[in-house]
Amino acid sequence: MAVSRRRIGAGLGLVPFFAYVAIFLFVPTVVVAVNAFSVNGRPTMDAVDSLFTSTLLRVTVRSLELSFITAVIGAVVGALVAYAVVTAKPNGVLRRAVTSASGVLAQFGGVTLAFAFIATIGTNGVVTAFVADHGSINLAGSGWLYSLNGLILVYTYFQIPLMVIVFLPALDGIRPQWREAAENLGASTWQYWRHVGIPLMLPAFLGSTLLLFTNAFSAYATAAALVSQGAPIIPLQIRGALSSETVLGHQNVSFALALEMMVIVAVAMVGYARLQRRTSGWLR
Amino acid sequence: MKFHRPTTALVAAAAVVLAMAACSPPSKNKGSGPQSAGTGSAGMQTLIANAKKEGTLNAIALPNDWANYGSVIKAFEKKYGITVHVANPAGSSQDEIDTIKKLSGTSRAPDVVDVGLTVAAANKDLFAPYKVATWAQIPNGIKDPSGLFYGDYGGVMSIGYDASKVPPITSVDDLLKPAYKGKVALNGDPTQSSSAQYGVIMTSLANGGSLDDMAPGVEFFKKLKAAGNFLPIDPTSATEESGQTPVVIDWNYLAAGELGKISGWKVFVPSNALVGGYYNQAINKDAPHPNAARLWMEFLYSDEGQNLWLNGSVTPARAQAMQKAGTIDAAAFKKLPQVGGTIQYPTAAQLNTGAVYLQKHWAEVTGG
Repeated sequence: MAVSRRRIGAGLGLVPFFAYVAIFLFVPTVVVAVNAFSVNGRPTMDAVDSLFTSTLLRVTVRSLELSFITAVIGAVVGALVAYAVVTAKPNGVLRRAVTSASGVLAQFGGVTLAFAFIATIGTNGVVTAFVADHGSINLAGSGWLYSLNGLILVYTYFQIPLMVIVFLPALDGIRPQWREAAENLGASTWQYWRHVGIPLMLPAFLGSTLLLFTNAFSAYATAAALVSQGAPIIPLQIRGALSSETVLGHQNVSFALALEMMVIVAVAMVGYARLQRRTSGWLR
Repeated sequence: MKFHRPTTALVAAAAVVLAMAACSPPSKNKGSGPQSAGTGSAGMQTLIANAKKEGTLNAIALPNDWANYGSVIKAFEKKYGITVHVANPAGSSQDEIDTIKKLSGTSRAPDVVDVGLTVAAANKDLFAPYKVATWAQIPNGIKDPSGLFYGDYGGVMSIGYDASKVPPITSVDDLLKPAYKGKVALNGDPTQSSSAQYGVIMTSLANGGSLDDMAPGVEFFKKLKAAGNFLPIDPTSATEESGQTPVVIDWNYLAAGELGKISGWKVFVPSNALVGGYYNQAINKDAPHPNAARLWMEFLYSDEGQNLWLNGSVTPARAQAMQKAGTIDAAAFKKLPQVGGTIQYPTAAQLNTGAVYLQKHWAEVTGG
């Protein structure tokens, strides 16, 4: 009797969490799914079918490209930075500086970040003006910053520090004893990394890369503030379908696009969870 | 932790009920209002009295620097002592409609909207018919016969440019020249913004297209992009004054906004590509302040309101009639661009067809 009451008590403690999940995850998911397959209450495949038109297929590919490229750049550079930090003194200045800077920069996205880039390397940016005055090079070109290429650069800015944060714990899990054991058995540095270090780190590395992928894939505010001409990625297409004043009645396409995003993110997160399980097995 | 004491539950329930009551709209008066103030001053006096009682007008998506709306709102507030709330000043016409639907029945819903022709024609069922006192002087071509919505102010598509930064522009095709590399901006994405769609129509007309044929316009922008001249920035007065967008394709009244501010600023209206458009004024049929909404309409279409708009470089709906009657602000009227030809006005159907075409083909320009 006493036990069950305690269980109920513990269960009550979870109520806010479940309420939160229901309101902000479950309900929106159902609303999106239902509206993607219906217009004014009538079931239809029109919106979902439109995902497979050449325009929207191209947008999906662009979105995946952007997420993939920035995830790979972020993962590789971030992992190297993290490794440099790990090999430094455990409580040294470098480590503390890099981890706290990463914590801040990984969250520095959205309109502020877009504006920071416009103000530095936009058509009228500080750096653009300086380079133009001291070398007559046109850094801004024809406005590449405001297109997909610009998004790759700007996204990389928050992807690298995020990688440092999520990958550092995995690197910390490497024991010096492994290296010593390998060397006692006559392994060279290359052989140690080839057969011990990299295989051990690979699940964590790939898992972190997937996390970066979904992070870029679902980002909206930065892109919205930067790109006003054309809608090269899915989140911007959703904006267009919702608020266009020239092409009307496409609201349900936005639901279909949102559903597509959910499916892609779900696939990525399942992969992430699998890799995460393997990692935690190794690094205990 | 335990929620079994009845008093607690009762208090909680009461709080919920109270909160719901606080959210619900005032039930009286909602959406009702006359279909016109009638002729004679008595009807107008009643309207003014009722509007003052409401005390507030909810407007939406009216930027202060757009068509002189800042002054229009101030003058209305001063004259009638009614506070004007402008929600989401930078919103699109579709945002206005969405807000009407979302806030329907609440006291925060927009009373009046100012929307593009496509959006107005597609959402007639949301509007209340109302004919202003000066209804007869609004040209037939720009009003819905039943008074659900009617043209308020318009202009022609133009090219605004900073002559101190780029060579003078004498035709649309000039923009393809190397001197304009990375300098030409369009006011928005034409698959989303109606002003940008008119911009594409202008370039289409200049290149052998028609109101029914957007293809030459899209071709023009493809060439502009290939030449490296098309700048993918949404121009605003801030980007124009800072020099980020030295050449903009935009409504003449918006381009003209920089005339006094940038010393070398000029507005060019291509005589072989004259396309014009009117925005439309309409009343929300469930307006929380139905009388203030109608008084606002009367004010906008009065000589005073029309002249205020005129000072924002737009052509108000009653311009012709006022010119005849001699009530127009002659100095401001003279400043409107002199157009050497007939202005073409696309219909809602033509705009719809064009938008569908653009949705398929605009990505070829932006490379998305």
